[in-house]
Amino acid sequence: MVKVAPLGDSAVLLALAGRLDCDANALAQSVALDIRARELPWVTDVVPALVTVAVHFAARTAHEAAERRAMLEGLLLESLDRVAGTQTTPRRRTVEIPVCYEPPFAQDLLEIAAYTGLTPPEVVAVHVASPHRVLMIGFAPGQPYLGGLDARLAMPRRGSPRHRVAAGSVAIANAQSSIYPFATPGGWNVIGRTPLALFDPLREPPSLLDAGDAVSFRPISAADFERIAHKQRLR
Amino acid sequence: MSLRVLRPGVLATVQDLGRSGLAHLGIVPGGAMDPVSHRIANALVGNRTDAATLEIALSGPELMLGCDALLALHGARFTAEIDGVAFPQSRPVLVPKGARLRVGRAACGCFGHLAVAGGVHVESVLGSRSTHLAGSFGGWRGKALARDVELPLAADAEALARTRFARLAAGRRALAVGRCETVRWRAPAVTLPQHDESVIRAVEGLHAALFDDATRERFYGDSWRIAADSNRMGFRLQGPQIELARPTEILSQPTCLGTVQVPPAGQPIVLMVDHQTTGGYPRIAEVIAADVPRLAQSTPRATLRFAPVTLTEADAAREALCTRIDRLVDRILWEFGDEDD
Repeated sequence: MVKVAPLGDSAVLLALAGRLDCDANALAQSVALDIRARELPWVTDVVPALVTVAVHFAARTAHEAAERRAMLEGLLLESLDRVAGTQTTPRRRTVEIPVCYEPPFAQDLLEIAAYTGLTPPEVVAVHVASPHRVLMIGFAPGQPYLGGLDARLAMPRRGSPRHRVAAGSVAIANAQSSIYPFATPGGWNVIGRTPLALFDPLREPPSLLDAGDAVSFRPISAADFERIAHKQRLR
Repeated sequence: MSLRVLRPGVLATVQDLGRSGLAHLGIVPGGAMDPVSHRIANALVGNRTDAATLEIALSGPELMLGCDALLALHGARFTAEIDGVAFPQSRPVLVPKGARLRVGRAACGCFGHLAVAGGVHVESVLGSRSTHLAGSFGGWRGKALARDVELPLAADAEALARTRFARLAAGRRALAVGRCETVRWRAPAVTLPQHDESVIRAVEGLHAALFDDATRERFYGDSWRIAADSNRMGFRLQGPQIELARPTEILSQPTCLGTVQVPPAGQPIVLMVDHQTTGGYPRIAEVIAADVPRLAQSTPRATLRFAPVTLTEADAAREALCTRIDRLVDRILWEFGDEDD
């Protein structure tokens, strides 16, 4: 059920599927890259999400707006045809992320173990072995939504969100993992913490991860966490 | 060359027209809540439209001038004083070093933009000087102004103030206000509410069809109050209960400035300039681009109604607003005369 339609008066949305689907997710990323590569000066943002792509545009006159909206609707479908037709999957990075799965960082590890019926070391092993992939970056700067979580760790969000989840917290909910780039309120189950900065405005690119990246979590000790965190601060 | 913050006010942040092209990394364009007033304020001091201004929300800061400067405050109408006399708003004002500008409460509107000739000179981060509060970057160290901050101005702020005001006053009599000097005209308010209840136009949202007819009628028919906990991320609305016809799972999707989303509690949120880049709540409507600045000027506890319009009407409204601002900015810049004079 591919659909392309205006999103408000300043964007166009391509919807590739009605529910989360890995192929549709990969297509959304490829279409976004293809549209961005055209470098249209009046396109202000190209945003792939789970199974949709939004293209935001600037316009002044009514004529310009109508023309650009129509052109983008055509371009999105044309891009989709082109990327769906090519058999080659885009080259994918694997980003290794060190995570300390120990207290005090793994705030909800015991609850996750109790809910899933696994032991805490099994929970960690299953999380590390899951084939994580960035489905989208969204919500906050550099925040990844990771698919691929082993079904044994599927667990609903916490009943009441925490007022403050520390920056770098790795958390799970339902079929996904995420990493909080900043200390924010949050309702996901915290399984560990990474000392890496998910987002750094002075780094190029500022986001550690991009949509489509494969992510491999590497368990580290609390001592390693402090050592890496210290090195990050010195940079 | 700087502005010293004696008292920070409710929320004063450095803003320009924002940073686009990074939403796929979770970075919202952000920028001025009322970009129309930001542009006009810049024009009033002879700046380019993309110079950074100080955005003042609800109740303002007290600032001391570290040098002579040409200032203009436009947008919300404040009770404001300079060295104890009323500060002329929506006009270019030549202010001497050491003067104290005290911006009080907004009497009409919500966000004011204080422009300084040469611009507020913070470092540009990721292509903009706007403060990204959630990401703690841009603007003044990623934060709202705090007491004792020295807000940097352009190195030539003082020279620009003198030459630009001289051009404004050439052949005419300047108006003295205490130790300050200003002109005898002012820029009109474009975005301030003109009636007790604003009418904000919106096009159909992505999930409009998931709400039944009676619910959509309530959304457009009833009046909405802006909740006190609204901010630069979103305006929360209080009014009739808005619910989906039946519970539907919605996947996270890209959001827009002006997206009206309806969380399960049934009270809509309009996404404003600092909104999250994606969201998973159903969307009943999208505020049109031409009306977002007017919505931004609606104060907490003000009431508003939504009027449904077509995309064609939305496009015409944007063109009308763009044309109006362009003419106004050209008219203001004309006052500065030819640079070669």
